[in-house]
Amino acid sequence: MAAPDRMTETAGRKFFIGLPRGAGLVWVLIGLCILATFLSPSFLNPVNVTNVLRQVALFGIVSVGMTFVILTKGIDLSVGSILGVCSVTTALLLVAGWTMPAVVAAVLVIGVLMGAVNGLGITLGGIPPFIMTLGMMVMGRGLALTLANGQPVSIGGRAAEFMWLGRGAALGLPVPVWIFAIVAGVAIYVLRYTTYGRQIYAVGSNAEAAHLSGINVGLVTFSVYMISGFLASLTALIFVSRLTVGEPTAGTGIELEAIAITVIGGTSLFGGEGGILGTIIGAGILAILANIMNLLGISPFTQQIVKGAIIIGAALYEMLGKRRSRH
Amino acid sequence: MSSISIDETTRDPAFPGVFLRMDSIEKSFPGVKALQGVSFSVARGEVHGLVGENGAGKSTLMKVLAGAYHANGGQMELNGEIITAPTPAAMIERGVAVIYQEFAQADHLSVAENIFMNRLPRNQFGQINWAVAARDAETAMSRLGFNIDPRRTVGSLSVAQRQMVEIARASSRNAQLIVLDEPSAVLGDNELEKLFATIRSLQAEGVAFIYISHRLKEIFELCQRATVLRDGRMVSSRPIEEWTPDTLIQSMVGRPIADYFPKRNAQPGEEVLGVSGFSRGKALRNVSLTLRRGEIVGICGLAGAGRSELLRAIVGRDPVDAGEISLHGRKQDIASPRKAIQLGLGFAPEDRKTEGLFLSQSVKFNVTISKLGRFGSPAKLNLGKERGAVRDYVRQLRVKTPEVDTKIGTLSGGNQQKCVIAKQLNAQCDILLIDEPTRGVDVGARREIYELLVDLVEREGLAVLMVSSELPEIIGMCDRILVMREGEISAELPRGSSEEEIMKHATFH
Repeated sequence: MAAPDRMTETAGRKFFIGLPRGAGLVWVLIGLCILATFLSPSFLNPVNVTNVLRQVALFGIVSVGMTFVILTKGIDLSVGSILGVCSVTTALLLVAGWTMPAVVAAVLVIGVLMGAVNGLGITLGGIPPFIMTLGMMVMGRGLALTLANGQPVSIGGRAAEFMWLGRGAALGLPVPVWIFAIVAGVAIYVLRYTTYGRQIYAVGSNAEAAHLSGINVGLVTFSVYMISGFLASLTALIFVSRLTVGEPTAGTGIELEAIAITVIGGTSLFGGEGGILGTIIGAGILAILANIMNLLGISPFTQQIVKGAIIIGAALYEMLGKRRSRH
Repeated sequence: MSSISIDETTRDPAFPGVFLRMDSIEKSFPGVKALQGVSFSVARGEVHGLVGENGAGKSTLMKVLAGAYHANGGQMELNGEIITAPTPAAMIERGVAVIYQEFAQADHLSVAENIFMNRLPRNQFGQINWAVAARDAETAMSRLGFNIDPRRTVGSLSVAQRQMVEIARASSRNAQLIVLDEPSAVLGDNELEKLFATIRSLQAEGVAFIYISHRLKEIFELCQRATVLRDGRMVSSRPIEEWTPDTLIQSMVGRPIADYFPKRNAQPGEEVLGVSGFSRGKALRNVSLTLRRGEIVGICGLAGAGRSELLRAIVGRDPVDAGEISLHGRKQDIASPRKAIQLGLGFAPEDRKTEGLFLSQSVKFNVTISKLGRFGSPAKLNLGKERGAVRDYVRQLRVKTPEVDTKIGTLSGGNQQKCVIAKQLNAQCDILLIDEPTRGVDVGARREIYELLVDLVEREGLAVLMVSSELPEIIGMCDRILVMREGEISAELPRGSSEEEIMKHATFH
């Protein structure tokens, strides 16, 4: 059999780590920024820029977790509900008088545990990730509403000491942006420089081959859902700090946002391809888009139409890229 | 070997006449000529045996007959009608039914639903008439001499029963020619007798059969004529009286061994691998073997004999019900591929693309993934060191790739296989288990892989256990040849054994 005559293709790990098929997306981001400046003079206003960065951060943290999950060819539809449960719990514990560190620790543990339940269902139960996390999403939202008695839980007097997390700033940047930077930095490092990171790519790329290569596929799969849960709970803490309320409906729809960001960023839903840098850019693209549309006064409903179109466009782009590389 | 006149009719005077005539059938795939000028005919009421080695073209020929493949040349004639547009539906309509080894059944549906798939009896409103369906199913089954409750789900039946349901399905569509692909592979002796009885009763009604089997005993017991395929060509087609088991095997195999295997200076050392009493149901039956350093031992046999199952059991991918392994004289419990890798067992699986490679990842990723520990601690990989090591392997094994970052899916089969071997070397294996070393590898690269394997055992002191369907490869490369048959090792033959001798131990006769 003759060797196939194809253009060779690098697996995209040269300059832009984790970005598929070159740096096309960065140009889209830059292009959007330029477009934004033209469309609205307020875009480059420092307050606006800070807002955009904060948006990127808030959605970005959850998206990093989603990226880990999608890289293993899984999906986590429950992050929004985990965020809801953790928001309510944060508020309730604060009101109950727990110290800040204890509240933070407890809530993060809850996020990890809920993720672990997902992971167990998927690995031991053999339940497809879509179904398992869907069930958790519904259950979680119910749990959040039950804990909160259907009402937002105000943190009342504790707001002052807790404010720095969501509303504070350091060196001119909001604290959430710093947190996102650290989370993303760690994630990039893990995926690139650790054995565990490689195993994630292997499991998503070909689970059978990964098993034969000595990787504990079940453990890797289990772990990424815990990571996703953890990052959802971290985001919940920030939310409560910003809003000074623990809302049972917090995070509704954030799972879809996170998936959109991850997919636009070039991570393949078929597993094994993509990375955090793409997710960061994806978050940037969606945040700037939303910002432009807000500045232009476009109705939120129309914004949704545009966002959906972008998601489809990004997926088409990826599919076309795959088809081209196959010839 | 000459071919016989294809005008010869069946010996049964009650049903004279040819039902199927395949004339000079050609079928090619990119780079491979699967069938070349294959001609044979089957008469009404005849059971016609089709034999040949793995890869001889039997499956391809049957797929052409079933309308699943479109032949590139030649023609098919059914009942005197030349088939111009062979599609599965057209062939089924004309009375051809193929029963594959993996039945095309819906497990969760009932027997009646499977027998009448897509043809369930309906009333005038279009609703399914379940009572009629059940009754008709019972009729179809009793015609064949068996009965199963038509309401039972097919998934709950034994394999033999499912086979009967498949035949009932074919017969209820008034199939005139039924192809059975390795029907006995899943049957016990008792069930086999029932199958034969069913075949004979349908035969008496004028139904013709093409019976594909490696079990020559059955061919001689059941068939009136037999055709041998070899390397995509029809070698010989004759009445069964004109065959003997030996001449049949000789026809299946007779081919000169290509002279492109490296010279071998075998100096086997101490025992590195000992397998004793490996068993798992019918797949592996009390298998034992030893492997010494510096040796290349081959495992051959027909498809389904248990060769790949044996390797997978050794590396801990599949469990065994009984048996022990010892490595370097020490008993080991290899519960998972991870453990196997830790103990120095390298495994190149049979299906490279689905089991051995991460096609969308780079050459570098693929070569290092099973042992990254060499390049730093788990939390801090030295990417530069990794790249250097992979570059070394690429150079050493002469892998043709533009860079180590190239996506491995774009490499040719031979180069991909070299990467699979490099992966085992990176994992510091000293025993290499390789399943079909040159499958999907072109002739030029094959020689390189053979040289590589010989180099590994002679200069690096590895031991190689090799499964292969290609007898020339087994004969040319191996110091010892283990022949498997139905889950057992039926013979251990020395280097230089003939293909006939190997085939003799691989088949029943």
